[in-house]
Amino acid sequence: MARAAIPRRLTWQLGRVVELIDETPRCKSVVVDLPEWQGHRAGQHVDVRLTAEDGYQAERSYSIASAPEDAHLVLTVERLDDGEVSPYLTDELRPDDELELRGPIGGYFVWERSLGGPLLMVAGGSGVVPFRSMLRHWAAGEHDTVPRLLYSSRTLPEVIYQEELTRFSADDGVDVRLALTREWPENWEGHRGRVDRGFLEEVAWAPAERPLVYICGPTSFVEAVAQTLVDIGHEPGRVKTERFGPTGT
Amino acid sequence: MEALDGNAIAGALFEYFGTEMTVARGACVYCGATAQIAELRVYGQAPGTVARCRSCGNVVMVLVSVRGLQKVHLSGFRLGD
Repeated sequence: MARAAIPRRLTWQLGRVVELIDETPRCKSVVVDLPEWQGHRAGQHVDVRLTAEDGYQAERSYSIASAPEDAHLVLTVERLDDGEVSPYLTDELRPDDELELRGPIGGYFVWERSLGGPLLMVAGGSGVVPFRSMLRHWAAGEHDTVPRLLYSSRTLPEVIYQEELTRFSADDGVDVRLALTREWPENWEGHRGRVDRGFLEEVAWAPAERPLVYICGPTSFVEAVAQTLVDIGHEPGRVKTERFGPTGT
Repeated sequence: MEALDGNAIAGALFEYFGTEMTVARGACVYCGATAQIAELRVYGQAPGTVARCRSCGNVVMVLVSVRGLQKVHLSGFRLGD
């Protein structure tokens, strides 16, 4: 891509908050208008920087939830009770506020159409955020394979993008499988309990089909799923991982 | 403590090297294991951030921010291998 060959500086830029969307009791999507944004690839992230009145600054990295084709940049933020940045973004931020960020950042956990498929995405909790970007990017163009998304959440109300995932499933045929690890409705037909070897063997393509696998979530979740997939016979070089620390699923 | 991975230092490395680095390959000077930077184990709670080899656990990279300026010590990771 020509853009990648041009050196650019990673500079802080100011965006304007267009809208805030409640996704779950703990997660909000922040829609940002960024006049100087140069575009991104699905799966990349941004650094957000907050500056207090006394000059103290805190930075955190957030996955981009919007597709390269979307008009605005969208970040979906999970509120961490002891966090320095996320409670401000989920509780204090209002439309028309300014938000300082830099990006896009990262080139490893990226999917673009030229990489092909079959594409398997495995999300733990808010690890689903970059997959919304990948799914929207996939749906926006021509495609000959249909992705699968395996998404592990503690409970059903904590599942982010429920309506949109249902649409991807109903309209585009994306195979979306939810695993609920803590509690589930009485008539729950999805997976109950942790993502284990049996569930992965049932949902993932066979290793011989060489799926391109992306796993994003809390560290322990990512390590367990990646190891199990390699044990099943998937090529380590086709399993890409992104860990965001100790948040439980 | 649970580790992050090299994706978490993408911004700091971009700032230092002036380009995206997480897909860059290199070799651990202690055990020879090759990896992309995104695959390293990253610990951010120390004074500064350290990246360790996923195979042998040795510290291969140290990142510190000094008065707003990003410093990176690639002591144990040979880029380009």
